[in-house]
Amino acid sequence: MHMADALISPAVGGTMWAVTAGLIGYCSKKVKNEMDDQKIPLMGVLGAFIFASQMINFTIPITGSSGHLGGGMILAILLGPHIAFLTMASVLTVQALFFADGGLLALGCNIFNLGFFPCFIAYPLIYKTFVKDADTNYMRSNSIDFKKTERKILAGSIIGAIVALQMGAFAVVIETLFSGISELPFTTFLMLMQPIHLAIGVVEGLTTAAVVLFIWKARPEILSSASSSSPIGRTPIFKVVVGLAAAALITGGALSWFASSNPDGLEWAMFKTAGVEELESPDGIHTSLSAIQEKTAFLPDYGFKSGESNELSESSAESVKVELGTSVSGVVGGILTLIFAVAIGFALRQKKSN
Amino acid sequence: MSHHIVQADNLHYTYPDGTVGLNKINFKIHHGESVALVGSNGAGKSTLLLHLIGSLAPTDGDIRIGDFPLNKKNLKLVRRSVGMVFQDPDDQLFMPTVFDDVAFGPINLGIPEKEVEQRVMDSLETVGVPHLIRRSPHKLSGGEKRAVAIATVLATTPDILIMDEPSSNLDPSSRRRLINLLKTFTHTKIIATHDLDMALEVCSRTIILDRGQIVADGLTKELFIDENLLKTSGLEKPLTMQRCPVCSNYSKI
Amino acid sequence: MSNLQNNLFDIFYIDTLACRQSWIHSLDPRAKVLTTLIFVGIVVSFDKYEIAMLIPFFIYPAVAIALADLPFVYLAKKMLLLLPFAFFIGIFNPLMDNKTLITFDLKDIVDLMEFIGFKENIGKMGTIDISGGWVSFLSIMIRFCLTVGAALILISTTGFDAVCLALQRFGVPRPFIVQLMFLYRYMFVLIDEASRMVRARSLRTFDNSNQMRFGIFISMVGQLLLRTMDRAQRIHLAMCCRGFEGDIQMLRAINFGVPETLFTAGWTSLFVILRLYNIPVKLGMMIENLLLS
Ligand SMILES: Nc1ncnc2c1ncn2[C@@H]1O[C@H](COP(=O)(O)OP(=O)(O)OP(=O)(O)O)[C@@H](O)[C@H]1O
Ligand SMILES: [Mg+2]
Repeated sequence: MHMADALISPAVGGTMWAVTAGLIGYCSKKVKNEMDDQKIPLMGVLGAFIFASQMINFTIPITGSSGHLGGGMILAILLGPHIAFLTMASVLTVQALFFADGGLLALGCNIFNLGFFPCFIAYPLIYKTFVKDADTNYMRSNSIDFKKTERKILAGSIIGAIVALQMGAFAVVIETLFSGISELPFTTFLMLMQPIHLAIGVVEGLTTAAVVLFIWKARPEILSSASSSSPIGRTPIFKVVVGLAAAALITGGALSWFASSNPDGLEWAMFKTAGVEELESPDGIHTSLSAIQEKTAFLPDYGFKSGESNELSESSAESVKVELGTSVSGVVGGILTLIFAVAIGFALRQKKSN
Repeated sequence: MSHHIVQADNLHYTYPDGTVGLNKINFKIHHGESVALVGSNGAGKSTLLLHLIGSLAPTDGDIRIGDFPLNKKNLKLVRRSVGMVFQDPDDQLFMPTVFDDVAFGPINLGIPEKEVEQRVMDSLETVGVPHLIRRSPHKLSGGEKRAVAIATVLATTPDILIMDEPSSNLDPSSRRRLINLLKTFTHTKIIATHDLDMALEVCSRTIILDRGQIVADGLTKELFIDENLLKTSGLEKPLTMQRCPVCSNYSKI
Repeated sequence: MSNLQNNLFDIFYIDTLACRQSWIHSLDPRAKVLTTLIFVGIVVSFDKYEIAMLIPFFIYPAVAIALADLPFVYLAKKMLLLLPFAFFIGIFNPLMDNKTLITFDLKDIVDLMEFIGFKENIGKMGTIDISGGWVSFLSIMIRFCLTVGAALILISTTGFDAVCLALQRFGVPRPFIVQLMFLYRYMFVLIDEASRMVRARSLRTFDNSNQMRFGIFISMVGQLLLRTMDRAQRIHLAMCCRGFEGDIQMLRAINFGVPETLFTAGWTSLFVILRLYNIPVKLGMMIENLLLS
């Protein structure tokens, strides 16, 4: 799922931009130093492939919905983590610009959520533990090894995709929470996101595995060259993570300092997160879910209230009204400004067409 | 200038999967010559061209381009004098705009900026599409793409032009324009094609390949009369050399 | 991304929009990228309950659409198509946050109406309470329109190549820029290839949808992937034949001159003013005073 501009605060958006920029810089440097220049067109064209492959859909049995190839995991397997990350970032940039999928400020979040986890967590730590380099140097003669490798690739891809998507989904929840624009409580959001992404992860894992196996059988040399040309084993993942954390802390700190005059910024989120104990109590989910039920049944506090019957709330509302006494003028002024803005647009257009 | 010779000595190539691509290829092409490379599908034309630009290394035998044997060491040097127009122009036009694409070669050759622009303009004018300079490749028609692809190669001022099926996918008028264009070039030309009429017009010499082997090498006009030879190599007399069915029927009546 | 076909149509269409001629189109892309980023940054910087102060920001899309002669209806439709996502998340706000935030005193409204000319008896006096959730929900929707609108305007007045160029001049690493360029160029080629494959299949199965069984799906995607990799090899070869040695350079003169400075500085200062002063409320109060006095 993509984060949207409308839901994030500048502090979160800015932090994730900084983190992602750091990652892109790091990967670019790596790529420049280590890559043979044959990979330059390859990574570009594979990015285009990720788009194009979405023209091809399959039917997911029973559900009636359709699935297509996901991005991060297959790219990492084919290109190695650094190049795959850049490729994924470029795919998401095009999506943000043309499809307005997410938005510009949220782009940092989206690249991180959908690029970092598959490329730098799931691929090196999960896929690679299942599928060693030696496995893909495949020999036709040995059919026992063949079956074994097949199973390894299957397991590595599926578990990798699931883990990457779970982490990505969790990151979406965290980013939304820290932004504090959405009121969705942590637990509820989590309960919504994780299971959905478990299903998506299984589908993505299956398609990834099947395509990898297809390639491996048709042209085994592709896979072995992909894994050997990108020595992720030598790149201490630890260093990357620490660097990222530092970048995130510094930017986040700086931005939230600027935003500290704003009560709904980071502090609000901290405050909310502090209430996470809710999660521990066994009926926490239950309460929040039933709360939703209650609320969907009747939209509270909205509508006309007669003055007499609600004196109490009137008086409490009064106190709010003191500071928001400008609400009517706000509405009137707002509507006028909107009309004004649109009118300017129309006037300009009229003038142009004359 | 005798140094634009293209020479193949006992060339052999076997693809990694065991398919024999080329077998005992021998020829010598002199400066300014224009040679058609014909043969049925899978005869090995593209394979041979890929050898001439050093993209495939022969399993056995040698290639000499100009004064140099073609090997890893002087590959770059050789590529400067050889320009290749690929079968699919989409493979060749990879930059965002036509200008960037045509400028790509000259910039890599280290030519100063001002001159690059001039060269781009000149090359596009030569192929007759200077008005496309700001367009993106994905918005061009097939014929326009082909013209621009040729311009990208001309901009690097090669001595030897190598083309893989340049007239495929062109409408009759674009094809005619291409033929007229090719006739004006003084470069050494090696053109792999199925368009025997074009070969007849553009190339004085023809090499016929069949299953990786040269079965004939000689003057185009002479080879194309030999119906037996053409038939055994999976070819057919160019239409311009056949009796016109409409006219001949007409005369019979 | 389920309705990719529609989205692809959008790419083609937006790509042609970017080729139009207008003053905005002719500006240095850096000016537009910068202005858009500042715009988005300022818009999302508001308090989550803010509505009134966001509204003046519609001036930017309105003016840009007018000056660049963009099809407003098309952009609006595209935005509506994307709306469900923000709606889905945003709609939880009214459910969760039901503290009364704004209270409209009906007396004010009646007064206003009476002044304008409604003389009927409106009925019981009282207040309208609006919960914080609804306010922040509306705020999310407005933010959504503004930010998405700004991104769409940027790309349809600038074009993808020019945005890349601007990014490169802003210091985005070269490999990433090259990656973006290649992706964009071959997106068109590969999408064409993929849709030909899909069409060929559906013609033979007499099945109009582009959904297929998993096995066929895999072999199709696999084939496309193999072809794509071969293509990459051919492209690399074509590059090498023209002297490619690992670095791609472009000659592009772009010039950040007076118009660009005016454009960027002008909009930025307007945005800052709109961020600092609550113009709608001031305007509204002015009018109220005028009317009620
Ligand atoms: N990558 C490859 N791996 C294995 N065999 C190949 C490969 N490319 C080509 N071949 C085989 O080599 C032979 C010569 O192919 P080539 O592409 O040179 O033919 P061609 O003369 O260019 O044909 P066409 O007119 O169809 O383009 C064919 O039998 C083909 O199947
Ligand atoms: Mg061929």
